[in-house]
Amino acid sequence: MFPTPIEKTPRSWQLTYQSLLPLALIMWLLPLIAVAVFSIKPAVDFTQGNYWGLPSSFEMFANYGQVFFNSDMPRYMLNSVLITVPTVIGAVTLSCLAGFALGIYKFKANIWVFFMFVAGNFVPFQILMVPVRDLTLDMGLYNTKTGLVLFHVAFQTGFCTLFMRNFIRALPYELVEAARVEGIAEWKIFWYVVIPLMKPAIAALSVLIFTFIWNDYFWAVVLTQGPESQPVTAGITSFNAQFRAAYHLMSAGSIVAALPPVLMFFLMQKHFIAGLTLGAVK
Amino acid sequence: MTDTPAEQSAAPRGWYKRNEIAVTPWLFLAPAILFFAFYVIWPIYQSIMISFYDWDGLGEARFIGMDNYVELMDDGAFEVSLWNNLKWLLFYLLAIPGGLFIALFLNQTVTGIRIYKSLFFFPFVLSQVVVGLVFSWFYLPNEGLLNGVLGLVGLGPVNVLGDPTLATYGIIAAGLWPQTAYCMILYLTGLNAVDPEQIEAGRLDNAKGWKMLWYIIIPQLKPATFIAFVVTIIGALRSFDLISIMTNGGPFGQTRVLSFYMFEKALSEYGFRMGYGAAIAVVLFLIMLVFITYFLWSMWKEEKAR
Repeated sequence: MFPTPIEKTPRSWQLTYQSLLPLALIMWLLPLIAVAVFSIKPAVDFTQGNYWGLPSSFEMFANYGQVFFNSDMPRYMLNSVLITVPTVIGAVTLSCLAGFALGIYKFKANIWVFFMFVAGNFVPFQILMVPVRDLTLDMGLYNTKTGLVLFHVAFQTGFCTLFMRNFIRALPYELVEAARVEGIAEWKIFWYVVIPLMKPAIAALSVLIFTFIWNDYFWAVVLTQGPESQPVTAGITSFNAQFRAAYHLMSAGSIVAALPPVLMFFLMQKHFIAGLTLGAVK
Repeated sequence: MTDTPAEQSAAPRGWYKRNEIAVTPWLFLAPAILFFAFYVIWPIYQSIMISFYDWDGLGEARFIGMDNYVELMDDGAFEVSLWNNLKWLLFYLLAIPGGLFIALFLNQTVTGIRIYKSLFFFPFVLSQVVVGLVFSWFYLPNEGLLNGVLGLVGLGPVNVLGDPTLATYGIIAAGLWPQTAYCMILYLTGLNAVDPEQIEAGRLDNAKGWKMLWYIIIPQLKPATFIAFVVTIIGALRSFDLISIMTNGGPFGQTRVLSFYMFEKALSEYGFRMGYGAAIAVVLFLIMLVFITYFLWSMWKEEKAR
């Protein structure tokens, strides 16, 4: 193990390390801690200039209640869910199919199709912006959740296919060969042999895509406007405009907007990290 | 080989059955390729085409050849954006050594270390919008914590986001926060897989500290470094959310980057110049293309090595 395991180092360094850890963590999360503290302060603290002292009273319920019951926030959150969940299902489904084709079959165009997905996944959003916005307008899907979902599914398919294909490549190919010898139809091999083995990849990818899509801001701004279809990342800016300079409410709103992916991460940590670091180790 | 006697004697088989192995992959690929071609590949071509037109997005588009690109040459805002993109590329890469440093710091087995690792990684899960808000409040000249801390040691106050020269660096620092967390997790995974025998061999040869890190550990972390490099470059060139949230391009347009300037030209209140915006996007795309080609080339080499 590198660096030298702490138990093999002098006692003095062990103690230093143990006290350095929490200190480093507090420094690292300082901006966030400040916002968390902001979100439980009363408005009075800001007018009186008590910005970074302790809250003069504990207003967590009042502030968060304001966010949940007296703003468009729940609406935006619901929109985010209705955009994120179908995208995850769509992108994971498409990429399971495509990943199977690219991971199992050997044909001439294989590597080129694969590279098309990889390259497309790296493209800057801006080069797609004008045509995709036009396309969405032409289909009558501008400012709808469907329009946003369709685009997200298509774009995420690039990354997802890369992920799935690499995962399937690492599976034992003999299983497929054995099934073929048995005369099992190809689609049955997909469904009964490969899909059960892909469960960890599907879980990892779902968590990742959930986070990516929930956190998307650019496309939300380009393809939607207004509370009837905007997700929470775009909604938070109108929320902040509504509560201009009310830092306690804006902080509470931001924390609420950030919460679902954070929960997802802490609940599914193993899958999340497995997904992010696929390929970081040979 | 397919026409073995057994198969010929079998009942006439359908065309699909005979070509199953050749056709199946395309059936499986069809939905993904259709979606991807429709929403990603085709729009790239369309954008390139639009960049040769003068178009407000509604009326008739007028072909003007290279005029948009010629105009870019003299556009001061474009030049600022290009320089800022360069700054982003350069300073964003600090996330890689930063992530390695934190990973080395956390690669221990003391009690509770797992929670420390998750909490250090946690900024990556936040949306860039929230990161942008959190940092813009952190930087506030009066209410912000940064100036509170600086005040304690007798410095400041600085208005980071209000200062034309400082603002871009302030935004990059905000971007580095989640990006470093990402690189950290890549390196933690990589460190886990480092061959303990090589470390022991190194220790026997008296390799210590920096030498051990440089000659034995870092070479083994190459796959993690490659991914960290890819995601950091892409992230740097995609920077849009933070700028839009933190400064909206200001002060005096000094924090614009190509992705933001393009959006401003094509979609914001400054007018709907789709052709001009598309031309900016094409420039950004060409910069990205250099990196994409390099990434694909590395992946291709690896595929062949298998």
